[in-house]
Amino acid sequence: MPVPPAPSWGLQPPSQAAALQPLSHRPQALPETGALLPRGLGRSYGDVCLNDGGTLIATQGMDRLCQFDPESGILEAEAGISFDAILRFALPRGFFLPVSPGTRYVTLGGAIANDVHGKNHHRAGCLGRHILSLDLLRSDGRIYRCSRTEQAQLFRATLAGLGLTGLILRARIRLRKIQSPRIIEDRVPMRNLAHFLELSDAADESHEYHVAWVDGLAKGEEIGRGLFMRGNHEEEQQPLRYDPPRSLSIPMYAPGFLLNPLTVKAFNSLYAARGKKALIRHPSSLFPFFYPLDAVGNWNRLYGRRGFFQYQCVLPRENDAASMRALLDRIGRSGEASFLAVLKTFGSLPPEGLLSFPRAGLTLALDFPNRGESTRALFRDLDHIVRDAGGRLYPAKDACMSAEDFQRSYPALDHFRTLIDPAFTSDFWRRMHSEKAI
Amino acid sequence: MSSPVLIIGASSAMAEHCARAFAEEGRSLLLAGRDSTKLESIASDLRLRGAARVQVLPPFDGADAESIPPMLETALKEQPRDVLIAHGILPDNEACEQDSEAFLRSLDINFRSVLQICQILQHQLPAGGCLAVISSVAGLRGRQSNYVYGAAKGGLLTYLQGLRNRLQPQGIRVLSLLPGFVDTPMTADITKGPLFISAEKAGSLIHRAMKGTRDVVYIPFFWRYILWVIRCIPEALFKRLSL
Ligand SMILES: Cc1cc2nc3c(=O)[nH]c(=O)nc-3n(C[C@H](O)[C@H](O)[C@H](O)COP(=O)(O)OP(=O)(O)OC[C@H]3O[C@@H](n4cnc5c(N)ncnc54)[C@H](O)[C@@H]3O)c2cc1C
Ligand SMILES: NC(=O)c1ccc[n+]([C@@H]2O[C@H](COP(=O)([O-])OP(=O)(O)OC[C@H]3O[C@@H](n4cnc5c(N)ncnc54)[C@H](OP(=O)(O)O)[C@@H]3O)[C@@H](O)[C@H]2O)c1
Repeated sequence: MPVPPAPSWGLQPPSQAAALQPLSHRPQALPETGALLPRGLGRSYGDVCLNDGGTLIATQGMDRLCQFDPESGILEAEAGISFDAILRFALPRGFFLPVSPGTRYVTLGGAIANDVHGKNHHRAGCLGRHILSLDLLRSDGRIYRCSRTEQAQLFRATLAGLGLTGLILRARIRLRKIQSPRIIEDRVPMRNLAHFLELSDAADESHEYHVAWVDGLAKGEEIGRGLFMRGNHEEEQQPLRYDPPRSLSIPMYAPGFLLNPLTVKAFNSLYAARGKKALIRHPSSLFPFFYPLDAVGNWNRLYGRRGFFQYQCVLPRENDAASMRALLDRIGRSGEASFLAVLKTFGSLPPEGLLSFPRAGLTLALDFPNRGESTRALFRDLDHIVRDAGGRLYPAKDACMSAEDFQRSYPALDHFRTLIDPAFTSDFWRRMHSEKAI
Repeated sequence: MSSPVLIIGASSAMAEHCARAFAEEGRSLLLAGRDSTKLESIASDLRLRGAARVQVLPPFDGADAESIPPMLETALKEQPRDVLIAHGILPDNEACEQDSEAFLRSLDINFRSVLQICQILQHQLPAGGCLAVISSVAGLRGRQSNYVYGAAKGGLLTYLQGLRNRLQPQGIRVLSLLPGFVDTPMTADITKGPLFISAEKAGSLIHRAMKGTRDVVYIPFFWRYILWVIRCIPEALFKRLSL
């Protein structure tokens, strides 16, 4: 059996790499080894896509288009197709993804299994809302067609199902019609958190997409300073093309010292400088607008071999501003954060997945190089603030949350448990059940 | 509009990706293989990607010589201009040492059927056409771990050299493709090292080679140099190596 290293995006190397079973031959049945987990492009940061000692079912070779209706924009495709490949198909035909995460190198199946969100959450909700049906292969050998009307329970469990309800073979997704491949973008410097809230509330009405980059090192009055970005699809008809910019690639792991507080500061102030002047109604290609990080392939290697964590939480609307200030204050004082802090308001469209992460309120996502205990200590403090605010963490990004926090903050968990496939499991799932026993 | 591309062994991962590149250019495609259900699902995909027309040919099996002419007869009615022959298997070399049936079967699939197909096509392709065949770098030097496979692939290369020479006056290009390691179902059981490329990459390199003008193309190019070095090792030394 081939045993390739199968790290996740944060690159915690699994102690015993899982065997990888490719799907390009479209086998009729699942491998019979038990302890299975589907694996897309491994863009999850933590351990939802790891399966130590078990079998990973590699879905990437299963990437055919099945059907497309240019009237309704409904595309049926195999689950291993990447969002990049969907764009390659859809853009020239005048369609775009209904919801896009910050990278286009995710698979359709992986995106469904985390019920991903994007810069348009306030309008479009999570990806799951745009999935019409999916075909799920379970270890009983049957293929279940799941939708809002057939196998509705299994459908809701599989959206954000973390790969635990079976293998998604195909899905039908409704694409969004566009006239132009360009985004009319504004970039507005933000002074602080109050300013962010103002801009964000206004943009909910005026813009289909918005998100902010904040300086994770700012302190005191300056907490929440950064750059607010909002955009709409250009409405004028333009030639429709798939034309991503060329990307660089990081060929190997950077030595750890590269990412010290100084370089991080330099990087952050570079962004601050770029943000000094507002940029209004700037026509931009949609690639840098939606996928700025895709310009550098394997940028995760910049964090060196010890890898890194991403911390993403949502704080419910009722007490989001005060708790967000507390979070940013704690992070700023720690000096541990790195370049990427993303702040966004989630809208109130309820997600359909039993374990979907988003809810109305504020979400913050940022990276921390893995410095061992000091990083974990910081996370314990952050968890505390999130817990008190009634918030929760995003499994797709998580490697550290406690089992108690998971169980308390995902109330549909008991219902979800009744719907998982007994042959499926993951490192994340084991972690969420091990501490309880201790 | 343009004359079709005939892909034999169209369910091969590399060939499927190459077919996608042709589909995106709006070419017509003829697909041959042994499993029609598989080919139909590939055909739907290729139609969506923009192929002008996709036709699934009657099934053939490389181990069954009689199944080949009917498949080709249907194909030739559509007057293909470019052809890619991609089918093949990687037999277990040790099993072939014990089991003569498995041994002969692998030769039928990897060698005999390919020649049988080329013998028919050489009289039928138009000037300006391209006949591309996937051989392998394994065909350039025999090794104890895969010499049965290597012999068939090496035999193909010699045959293609001659055919290239023969068809040159008619303006038909014979293209020998020499992949190194490609991540496809064929290599599912082999641990992936840094020399591996994806099936998508291989497919797009094959597509580019078919549209180019060269006669022998390594997939990707660096295998030319690796093989040059390997072929420089004197036989007296090479026979002692455990490769
Ligand atoms: C730079 C970057 C930016 C990101 N931005 C965002 C963002 O803005 N919003 C957001 O929501 N997320 C974001 N993410 C996270 C990413 O979108 C998710 O982790 C996504 O699920 C990754 O997809 P994947 O194909 O890599 O899946 P993997 O990481 O390989 O797997 C994810 C989960 O899906 C399951 N799975 C995969 N395929 C199948 C299948 N066929 N059937 C059933 N289960 C399956 C796996 O078992 C696993 O539990 C970002 C990630 C990166 C690296
Ligand atoms: N992968 C590599 O590293 C590598 C390296 C060098 C050369 N190659 C060569 O590349 C070519 C394509 O292989 P691949 O890597 O893309 O592997 P693949 O996806 O496994 O494709 C193999 C193809 O051969 C077909 N085939 C097998 N037995 C057959 C038979 N008896 N009759 C007819 N067709 C048969 C298969 O059809 P089914 O789908 O019906 O099984 C499939 O289409 C092969 O000639 C291979 O030798 C591969």
